[in-house]
Amino acid sequence: MPTPDPREVILEARDLTREFDGVKALDAFNLKLHRGQVLGLLGANGAGKTTAMNCMLGLTLPTSGALFAFGKELQAHRIEILRRANFSSAYTALPANLLVWQNLLVFAKIYRVPKPKERIAELLEMMEISHLHKRVTGQLSAGESTRVNLCKALLNKPELLLLDEPTASLDPDIADKVRKIVLRIRSELNCGILYTSHNMKDIEEVCDHLMFLHKGKVVMEGTPKDIVERSSSSTLEDVFIKIARDGEIVDETTKKEEVAP
Amino acid sequence: MSLAVIQALVLRYLFLYTRSPMRLVELIFWPVVELVIWGYLTLFIQENTTGDFPRIIVFLLGAMILWDVIFRAQQGVAISFLEDVWTRNLLNVFVAPVRTVEYLAATFCVGFLRILVTITVLGLVAGFMYSFNIFTLGWALLPFFMNLMVSGWALGMISTALILRWGQAAESLAWAVPFFIQPFIAVFYPVSAIKPEWVQTISWALPPTHVFEGMREVLKTGVFAWDKFFWAAGLNLIFLTAAGMVFFYMLTLTRRRGLLTKFATQ
Ligand SMILES: Nc1ncnc2c1ncn2[C@@H]1O[C@H](COP(=O)(O)OP(=O)(O)O)[C@@H](O)[C@H]1O
Ligand SMILES: [Mg+2]
Repeated sequence: MPTPDPREVILEARDLTREFDGVKALDAFNLKLHRGQVLGLLGANGAGKTTAMNCMLGLTLPTSGALFAFGKELQAHRIEILRRANFSSAYTALPANLLVWQNLLVFAKIYRVPKPKERIAELLEMMEISHLHKRVTGQLSAGESTRVNLCKALLNKPELLLLDEPTASLDPDIADKVRKIVLRIRSELNCGILYTSHNMKDIEEVCDHLMFLHKGKVVMEGTPKDIVERSSSSTLEDVFIKIARDGEIVDETTKKEEVAP
Repeated sequence: MSLAVIQALVLRYLFLYTRSPMRLVELIFWPVVELVIWGYLTLFIQENTTGDFPRIIVFLLGAMILWDVIFRAQQGVAISFLEDVWTRNLLNVFVAPVRTVEYLAATFCVGFLRILVTITVLGLVAGFMYSFNIFTLGWALLPFFMNLMVSGWALGMISTALILRWGQAAESLAWAVPFFIQPFIAVFYPVSAIKPEWVQTISWALPPTHVFEGMREVLKTGVFAWDKFFWAAGLNLIFLTAAGMVFFYMLTLTRRRGLLTKFATQ
């Protein structure tokens, strides 16, 4: 086992449960995200990744459990916390008929970014999309709009970044670029990143720590390498499929079934 | 409350309007069509009857223009919210450090701006075509205007709350809600014309009724009815507070039900 990270915990979920019509989309979920860490939430469609993220953003209220960011209770300090955080998802968009710079300028002002024009130019450069500056947001390709969304998510130099399937619907080349950018952001901003995906390549390359979700429960957790070894699988993909199909996996280190279906 | 955040949100709506000229057309086209039709109709009736009619065209045009104040203010709030739903931008706004009051304040500003555009155009058209001078209402225009705008904001929050409650399928409520109260607030006819009489109690409980009655009084007698103004202002305060509470309640309920994200990603 790796030694526990001594760095600051910037996001913490304690016994988070979220029910929808009596079904637990998230079941006694616990998480600690440290500064400088990329934590991957992995799991099949419907495993509860987005629900977890929405709860952590205060978009969805948990049925029970507690959430803290930067050591403060989330609902009570929502605005203060959101100023230091940001979010991007493959499933949201910026207003389609605005130009790219207009959208980014509006959010730069909302996040009270100093020197917004410079910051926007810097980010567009970083994403290699400076040429899209004056384009209509709704006319961008999936890869381009993902990167514009990422620009939005980095405007305020967040200390906490939540990315929900940032590489969904991207071609391998752009997905690769996005992964490189995520790593670069982590080292430049020393922020904590929560990353959901069902793309194994993403996870292997980007995440320091993994949590496998199945039906709202964490069924396995550790470094990617660790998880592969402990489950006597050859690849993460194997682990994923095993968990997705029967929801149980034998943890070789403890010889116990971590979850019932 | 942060002024910078409100400004940023208003800037977004300004970008939206300048980027989509069709929205400006909508802001001008319908009110003008309505005004022209009502204007011609009253002119026609006037020519074919005798009596008190000259004053009636003045009442009708004044009423039309003031009704539009309510409607535009309501639309400013409700349509601004829908714009965020349609553009799948709602999540970005709700995960940004935007307080709900700041969001509402921005939509109120949009309502105000929409009113300015529509009123200016209608005032010009009415003056040009029917020599109706909106300023015959004199300085009474300002308190009328403000009271109606506040009523519009309250209706806007109610519309948005209903859409939050029943989902995007109910989005046509954004246009319908003002018309739920239109028959009762005596826009085009005096309260005394409303039958049966007990319905008039409902009418007097609604703030805009006092404004429209007051408008007719100014046009008829030239005297500004202060009692009507204070009734309208007092009732507006109650209505705005109640509507705000309904909106906050629905927003919390939507968060609790986990449906806010459904809105944003549909
Ligand atoms: N607002 C909602 N109402 C009802 N069920 C929901 C709602 N949001 C999510 N769910 C359910 O919760 C479960 C987890 O969904 P989600 O968190 O989106 O999964 P993932 O992101 O891992 O694919 C799914 O079964 C989904 O149908
Ligand atoms: Mg998801």
